[in-house]
Amino acid sequence: MEAVALKERENQIHVKGEAPFDIVCNKDSLAGAVSQRACVFCGSRVVLYPIADALHLVHGPIGCAVYTWDIRGALSSGPELHRLSFSTDLQERDVIFGGEKKLAAALRELIARHQPKAAFVYSTCIVGIIGDDLEAICKSVEGECGIPVIPVKSEGFKGNKRAGYQAACDALFRLIGTGDTSGISNYSLNILGDFNLAGEIWMIRDYYERMGIQVVANITGDGRVADIRRAHGAALNVVQCSGSTMHLANMMEEKYGIPSIRVSYFGIEDMAEALYDIARFFKDPEMLERTKKIVEEEVKKLATALEPYRKALAGKKAAIYVGGSFKAFSLVKAFRLIDMQVVMVGSQTGTKEDYLELEAITDPGTIIVDDSNPLELTTFLKEKEVDVFVGGVKERPIAYKLGIGFCDHNHERKEALAGFEGMLNFAQEVYSSVMSPVWRFVPRRKSAASPR
Amino acid sequence: MSKNPPTFAKPKRPNSIATTNACKLCKPLGACLAFKGIEGAVPYLHGSQGCATYMRRYIISHYNEPIDIASSSLSEKHAVYGGGPNLKLGLTNVAAKYRPALIGIATTCLTETIGDDVAMYLRQYAEDTKGSVGLPTFVNVSTPSYSGTHMEGFHAAVREVVAQLSEGGPRGETVNLLPGFVSSADFRLLHEILADFGLGYTLLPDLSETMDGPALLEYEKIQQGGTPLANIRAMGRARATVEFGPTLDSITGGDVLKEKFGIPRHRIGMPIGIRETDVFFRLLEDLSGRPTPEKYAKQRGRLVDAYVDGHKYVFGKRAIVYGEEDLIVGLCSFLTEIGVTPVLCATGGTSGRLKEAVAAVTGDTLAEQPQVFEGMDFFEINEIAETLAPDLVVGHSKGYPLARKLHIPLIRVGFPIHDRVGGQRILHLGYAGAQQLFDTVTNAMIEKKQDDSPVGYFYM
Repeated sequence: MEAVALKERENQIHVKGEAPFDIVCNKDSLAGAVSQRACVFCGSRVVLYPIADALHLVHGPIGCAVYTWDIRGALSSGPELHRLSFSTDLQERDVIFGGEKKLAAALRELIARHQPKAAFVYSTCIVGIIGDDLEAICKSVEGECGIPVIPVKSEGFKGNKRAGYQAACDALFRLIGTGDTSGISNYSLNILGDFNLAGEIWMIRDYYERMGIQVVANITGDGRVADIRRAHGAALNVVQCSGSTMHLANMMEEKYGIPSIRVSYFGIEDMAEALYDIARFFKDPEMLERTKKIVEEEVKKLATALEPYRKALAGKKAAIYVGGSFKAFSLVKAFRLIDMQVVMVGSQTGTKEDYLELEAITDPGTIIVDDSNPLELTTFLKEKEVDVFVGGVKERPIAYKLGIGFCDHNHERKEALAGFEGMLNFAQEVYSSVMSPVWRFVPRRKSAASPR
Repeated sequence: MSKNPPTFAKPKRPNSIATTNACKLCKPLGACLAFKGIEGAVPYLHGSQGCATYMRRYIISHYNEPIDIASSSLSEKHAVYGGGPNLKLGLTNVAAKYRPALIGIATTCLTETIGDDVAMYLRQYAEDTKGSVGLPTFVNVSTPSYSGTHMEGFHAAVREVVAQLSEGGPRGETVNLLPGFVSSADFRLLHEILADFGLGYTLLPDLSETMDGPALLEYEKIQQGGTPLANIRAMGRARATVEFGPTLDSITGGDVLKEKFGIPRHRIGMPIGIRETDVFFRLLEDLSGRPTPEKYAKQRGRLVDAYVDGHKYVFGKRAIVYGEEDLIVGLCSFLTEIGVTPVLCATGGTSGRLKEAVAAVTGDTLAEQPQVFEGMDFFEINEIAETLAPDLVVGHSKGYPLARKLHIPLIRVGFPIHDRVGGQRILHLGYAGAQQLFDTVTNAMIEKKQDDSPVGYFYM
């Protein structure tokens, strides 16, 4: 049989139990390998995107803006400026003579038209090459318009998505510390790394409020510029999706002395653990009691609701390929909760520590993979006889083409999968794919019972 | 209803500096789609990794089919020192893993701006790999995203495929058909029509199977189907080329075949609606020396009958049509002939030919020409939409917010369809396509009236 992976990629795949743990990761994607990764710009765009009252202007030719137009399920309870796609739409003459004038004019026009509370200006590949001075343009327009105008250094080729997260954090950090922090409670926190897909951050905020904690800023789901500007007044940063926003939490700790806790909101275990960790942080016995009550109530509701799904899905096999590996940890546990078996797990941008943890929590024989591609993934799915594959849009047709169920766990999804209720939605999602009667017609299943 | 037809104001063209909600896509995306319609081909982007990934996602969300687009995955040092080594490495890796017959290489704004000479790299690569067996054929096309739209990219890729691969020789009996970017269902229909005329033909590209394939037991690295390379090579020996695209403004595949091999080129509109399909069928009659097969005469007859049955529901309705220029022209021809008045034609493209092409198909029917604006985005369309008092919006799914705001139906056509299943199965062309479009438009008008009615009749 032909080797699954290109030689240069063999050390980015590990099978638990076959050899001592070793995996190479956090390196540039191999040319021609059809990586599922995106670019620096993508990383910045996904992190900042949900800030709903900011202007997000993409400085470059049209592609980068048009492919990111309203593609996320990040909801807003108020303004929806983030759902529009703004671009300087650079043309050949701009590339030759520079795009600075057009950028400044576009900024002035859009700020006057939409009255945003701040503007983010994203660099794309070409801006890095033609050398437009974004910093200077932003500064000058900021002076004229009286709102923060912040350049995001997200030239696509300057690394992978991870570098884009950093650029987004750097941009956010310039906003933080510019607002008034009066009236913020001692029991307060910022939510980092939740993007309010399908309204998830509203569920999470509700838990915190029931615990008696004030949420200062959502970073960035249903985010508002004014809240982010005063985020340095919070007592704690709670960081989910740590790949994207841990860098910000670290900078805030260093400058403002705000400690942080890493959490995950996916699955009962991790969700409960998150609330307990936070309650313990505030060292308030009453809060801890309230937290216990919330968890008990929610889990009780869930346990009975989950039972039919667990029964139906027990023993089925799952594969996971997601952007960040922290989500993968939660998914492994969530599948375990409904008695499903995870046989493959991978991520686009995991670190060595992440993969070490994955190796620790998975069963022997599980394939662990970094920065994979369609050909590898299809081989793993078939080899492991997977029943459901969890990933994003790019992974979906791979699963479907082979007649395998699929659960969307990416930015585009319209189902809330976080929080206690999210666990139930997740089970329902998986169930509605795995148990569908359509699979009886796909070649994979019908090969034995085919009418020829 | 008043006795005289109402009159409407003609709004001025809005003119923004910034582009908001673009009504176009970038050039390399079109090239990737064209390459995807060639048998055994892998599209390859010479640029940074993000372009390939974004475009894959965009295309997948329409077709619900896998599409692998390889990338040079350039990083900072390559942007400084040139992307040649990564291009060569990438080609080697794709060749090893996919075993393609062809790799179609499109550039991006990054590699165009740093001045990478892909043709030269390919010559070097050919030198480096001299004597190797099993290497694919390479075709390269320049597609800087700062000049032109995805449609220019699509047509440029078709042109380069023909220019770099087609060979001359004794004139044969086949006909080349370059239909542009149409749906998988449309490609299938074109196969059927050409075969029914008994013509030997090459359809380039061909997305009928590659982007609308069956469920499989074994994953195909490269999806079955597409125009065979041998046929592309033989295109230089065809006796005629038929090209859809009244607004094409740069050198096309048809031009190249004419210049290089002296093959007559027939450029007609997309066969959408009765009149434009008649033009296509008359041309096929000429080329094949056969009358239109009975099957199509019957389809046409049923279509006319349907037009009559439904004409009152659509007459005088006002439509906003947007998207790719050649598609707009075809749709306007269709809409006009059923009694719908296109009031605004908006495209992100800038061929400079749209107005004239629309007038050519609507002039004999419409008392007043629609406003035709190039270089438009959805913000600008929105600005003037309301004053046009439209009854329906016709275009791809990105017009949904507009239709929603106006509380009028969106007739989904073209690419992308990101909010429904089956975008690749929408039929636009031929009498069969017109039949589907007519039923869809008419029923949308009836449904709107029914839904808005306080009575709720359920009998027409």
